[in-house]
Amino acid sequence: MSQPLIRVEKVSKIFKTKDNTVEALKDISLDIEKGDIFGIIGMSGAGKSTLVRCLNFLERPTKGDVFIDGKSLGKMTDRQLRAQRQDVAMIFQHFNLLMQSTVLDNVCFPMRINKVPGHNARKRAMELLKEVGLEDKAKAYPAQLSGGQQQRVAIARALANNPQILLCDEATSALDPKTTGEVLDLLKKINEKHGITIVIITHAMSVVQEICNKVAIIDRGVVAEVGNVLDVFNNPQSDAAMRLVLSSGSGEVPEMKGDHLVRIVFTENSSYEPVVANMVLKFQSPVNIMFANTRDIGGTAQGQMVLQLPDDEALRTQMIQYLKDRKLEVQELSSMKEFEEVNF
Amino acid sequence: MNFINIWNEYSDLLIENTGITLYMVIISTLLAYLIGIPIGICLVITSENGLRPNKFIYRLLDIFVNIIRSIPFLILLVLIMPITKLIVGQTWGPNATIVPLVFAAAPFIARMVESSLVEVDHGVIEAAQSMGATNWTIVWKVMVSEARSSLIIGATIALATILGYSAMAGAVGGQGLGDVAIQYGYYRFQNDLTIVIVIMLVLMVQVMQAFGMWISKKLDKRITK
Ligand SMILES: Nc1ncnc2c1ncn2[C@@H]1O[C@H](COP(=O)(O)OP(=O)(O)OP(=O)(O)O)[C@@H](O)[C@H]1O
Ligand SMILES: [Mg+2]
Repeated sequence: MSQPLIRVEKVSKIFKTKDNTVEALKDISLDIEKGDIFGIIGMSGAGKSTLVRCLNFLERPTKGDVFIDGKSLGKMTDRQLRAQRQDVAMIFQHFNLLMQSTVLDNVCFPMRINKVPGHNARKRAMELLKEVGLEDKAKAYPAQLSGGQQQRVAIARALANNPQILLCDEATSALDPKTTGEVLDLLKKINEKHGITIVIITHAMSVVQEICNKVAIIDRGVVAEVGNVLDVFNNPQSDAAMRLVLSSGSGEVPEMKGDHLVRIVFTENSSYEPVVANMVLKFQSPVNIMFANTRDIGGTAQGQMVLQLPDDEALRTQMIQYLKDRKLEVQELSSMKEFEEVNF
Repeated sequence: MNFINIWNEYSDLLIENTGITLYMVIISTLLAYLIGIPIGICLVITSENGLRPNKFIYRLLDIFVNIIRSIPFLILLVLIMPITKLIVGQTWGPNATIVPLVFAAAPFIARMVESSLVEVDHGVIEAAQSMGATNWTIVWKVMVSEARSSLIIGATIALATILGYSAMAGAVGGQGLGDVAIQYGYYRFQNDLTIVIVIMLVLMVQVMQAFGMWISKKLDKRITK
């Protein structure tokens, strides 16, 4: 790839309030390629919303710049920036629809801003509503729709001006799991069908695993880790990533106390063999299963388990080797104690 | 009571002056909105969390609005008589009453417009910004449209307040129902006539109120029935 679609270059953002200053983003650099579904994940207050709002300059970085298609947002005039924003659509946690306008008028709204003639706008809006499965709701008002339906309207509205990029800030956080799944499927379909690059902000690892191909982990204003979703899941390098990965089932970091904890990851080759049971039989020493979960992601079973191994160091080393020989990812959680203190 | 007799005796006078009152109230409400809406919008836009914060302009408008609002209407009416004379050419009669009514009501309306508009969900404004909307579009197509039912309720309150002021203006030769109450009811000791006029004013406020609430509800699509 010659040039990424979105390049975040050394972006810092400092908020000054009356009594203190918050450094929400610290020297962040990121490349997002065309066609990616790029997840940005982190704990509450990590700076995710601030970062995504920098991508369309709703928030102007204190330092650094953002380039879209190689064009610097920082150098644009207000008018150029407004034109650019038609190419970078956005959806929100609370949908942010015009509550006093019909569904149809909501979808037409960005086209009105773009000065598309009324009848063309309405025609396109109806097509988009059909695509999100809501053509029969065109005359309804948002308050008459469920949360999932409102988010679909917001998605149709976001697509109205044929954007290249769709930014989603916690777009599924206000929805139940089933509706979340439906909205994520819709986003995936949009990515495939229209080739729209999607940036997804979330604090739920499950959302990232569901549809993202790349992920960046934001921790207290810095990028802790960035890479392919599978790589990060299988072998997280940073504490922040490990915390998120362990929380992928329930959304919370399981409480784990004790020494000698290891996390093992099952891939498709390994999940059929009862590895842990076999290991216990072979070494004649029990292990404590602290936590386990499995997800089926795009037909691939991804499972993880946290084990507490015996105190005997020699035995422990052998066990770890045994697991590694069976092509499992094994990480020692020496810093697990730290995790216990972190709440999210 | 002989309200019926009163009505029969004074009906022409009452009907004519009801017309004058309505004329003064409606014209001054319209003119006051013409001035109050831009001021209200400026207050919202220039406030700290507004689209274009500007401490200086905000303060200026804020103080101006507060000062005029804290002057009692009757005093304001007398204070601006020179201005009234300049605009209308005389200081009595319905047209001359409209001037102080507009003066008194515009800052009050500015405040109500401001409070309706600041209530608009910030997320919706942000969504419009993310679509590349100009501030002009955001004010008129997002804020005013989203706040419309609250603006209508504000207008109802404004109408009732201006009606009250207009009756007061009657005391100093403004004509209308207030004037009749003073001239006939008070100076000629026709208490029954005063009571009839009070009842008419109360009914007018009630009708305005009910109508305003009805439109406001009808226009509000946030509530599902
Ligand atoms: N307008 C603002 N003024 C002052 N501080 C702000 C502002 N916006 C964000 N912050 C601060 O910047 C930090 C990052 O906030 P941000 O909203 O980006 O977090 P987040 O990762 O989106 O969190 P969440 O998951 O809760 O939405 C927080 O400490 C927040 O308090
Ligand atoms: Mg956020």
